[in-house]
Amino acid sequence: MDFLKDPLKVTADWLLGIFAGWGMPELWANVLIGFLGIFILVALLMALDIILVWIERKVVSRFQSRIGPNRVGPFGLIQPFADIIKLLIKEDTTPEGADKTLYNLAPILSMMSVLILWAVVPLAPSILGVDLNIGALYIIAAGAIGALSIIMAGWSSNNKYSLIGAFREVAVMLSFEIPMLTVMLIPTIFTGSMGIGAITQAQDTWFVFLAPLAAVIFLIAAIAELGRAPFDMGEAESELISGYNIEYSGMKFGMFYAGELLRAFTFGGFWAILFFGGYRFFGLEQVSAFLAVAILFFKAFIGYWIIMWVKYTLLRIRIDHMLAFNWKFLTPVAFVLLMTTALMNALLANAPAWLYIGGMFLSNILVAWISLEVARSTSRRERERVEGAKASMPEVAQH
Amino acid sequence: MSSWVYVGLFLLVGLIIPVGAIGAAWVLAPKKPNPIKQMTYECGIETVGDSWVQFKAQYYIFALVFLIFDVETVFLFPWAVKLNSLGMFAVIEGIIFILILIVGLAYTWRKGMLEWV
Amino acid sequence: MTIDKIIFLIVAAGTLIAALRVVTTGNLIHAAFWLIATLFGVAVIFAVLHASFLAVVQVVVYIGAIAILFIFAVMLTRKDMRDQGPQLNRNWGFGALLAALAFVGLALLVHGWSGVTKTASAFPSGFDAVSALGNALVSPDAYVLPFEVASVLLVAALVGAVYVAYNRK
Repeated sequence: MDFLKDPLKVTADWLLGIFAGWGMPELWANVLIGFLGIFILVALLMALDIILVWIERKVVSRFQSRIGPNRVGPFGLIQPFADIIKLLIKEDTTPEGADKTLYNLAPILSMMSVLILWAVVPLAPSILGVDLNIGALYIIAAGAIGALSIIMAGWSSNNKYSLIGAFREVAVMLSFEIPMLTVMLIPTIFTGSMGIGAITQAQDTWFVFLAPLAAVIFLIAAIAELGRAPFDMGEAESELISGYNIEYSGMKFGMFYAGELLRAFTFGGFWAILFFGGYRFFGLEQVSAFLAVAILFFKAFIGYWIIMWVKYTLLRIRIDHMLAFNWKFLTPVAFVLLMTTALMNALLANAPAWLYIGGMFLSNILVAWISLEVARSTSRRERERVEGAKASMPEVAQH
Repeated sequence: MSSWVYVGLFLLVGLIIPVGAIGAAWVLAPKKPNPIKQMTYECGIETVGDSWVQFKAQYYIFALVFLIFDVETVFLFPWAVKLNSLGMFAVIEGIIFILILIVGLAYTWRKGMLEWV
Repeated sequence: MTIDKIIFLIVAAGTLIAALRVVTTGNLIHAAFWLIATLFGVAVIFAVLHASFLAVVQVVVYIGAIAILFIFAVMLTRKDMRDQGPQLNRNWGFGALLAALAFVGLALLVHGWSGVTKTASAFPSGFDAVSALGNALVSPDAYVLPFEVASVLLVAALVGAVYVAYNRK
């Protein structure tokens, strides 16, 4: 029963006993156990990543009224494994004039920036990940390394398309980091801590009920951060022929691809953790650590599914519109929401729970409604201005 | 023991796994490079000119605006952590802080620096 | 020698080598990436010193924003501005002398300071550096004014940047 409740500690104690029996100092034994645990976690994540390839392909084909992979194995389940074999034995070309060191480093950094995100993910009440009190900023820091790997790949490939793709992608990533950071402050205000574990534990009421607008802004910013459609500036197949990773082949391309999928899943997970209670589900998480992990992954899959849904439904937005959307709409709204939340939080500090939750929810809805109305009237005026300018122009011959 | 040790281990494992995957591919994959295969091409023909294109100043402006707001939110994180226990005074203070920066954003917007032209 | 010390020495050596490469490499983009390695080394040193918040801020602000700003700036230049010219000019001897003197002066100062050999006292239990920082930034009797002035400073930087770019157009 102990094992079901807290498998990590039981296993760690058991291993510690074995290592102590070998005469290993306790410190080194602890480091070794930590290493083994992390290695197993990351290996499982990579296995999940392989499944994600299948899920992504199956889901996109259903969205597009196709069947998707269905030849290799039942429901095409073996397909991703076949893909891996292909990636492994495919010749790996390096374009001429490429900067070899940076060219080879970029896919490694890209994958690493995703994997280190899982350091702060609280998997279960007893498995809180690394207990950092700056978890929210840690997510952004890992994202910074991801942005770096994109610039590295784009610059070192010696190709104009990859360079342009990388720069556009990074410009979008940077821009959308601001609303993301700002809405991350909102769970921090509710919790009184930046730690991801503490944020999960504080969600007796899911934060999505306290800050629905913040959840929406986080999702939008996360999609932009992931570089997925409608914000897939870096890859833009029709303009940049897959952008920053155009010159990569074989396993190095595989690292970018797998990294993108796992990052999408991970951000679905962070969405669930910050706004949907993470591993919490009506006390079920206390029964067994395995159940808690299952709940978290279920929620993360829902987040991932929504990200896929958006990706395969919407068209790519032009980069100028995308940046205008961020700086002229999303960022001001996020700041206004942050100020409103801080104010309401102080005003309702001593109010009963129902009033607190209701007030928070309504203030969010109000901010969302006002900002949408302002955006609508502004864009109507803009449209009229453009149409007016067109109408007053002299008639040109049609062709 | 500092929890950063575990972050360090994550960094280490995060390096080992992709290096291992790429290394395995390097062992297994055939290597027959030749100059024509490695040539870069655009739109189906040979690349014209150097890949070093001059970018427009707009990227730089956006990065600068981003930097300012990045530093701002970093300042706000300790504020948000203590908000519950400090009461109204801290809230007003934070709001003034944000409002000053919104003025900066409005100035940038007004000057047309947020346009991607 | 404790493990902390060994890690510190390795990271410090790596940071210094990377810093040296920043100024010696001829390729501007390579210099930027070496700079990133240097900044990352500093972040690791912060982490070794248990300054979690500073370590993460170092990565978020310096690597995530400033280094990328540098790379964007390099890409604004024309192609013929890279990889050119020798890395040293006529005054390198004088510069080296100044650097050596500064190093000796700093070494003497540090040598004479008793704090350098002291072991750091442990944090009191339950001490949270981030909330202490939050307290310091917003309590009326601490650093309220610098906190607000920081915001004005940021706006001033923004206005300056916009002004410079505006004139160039």
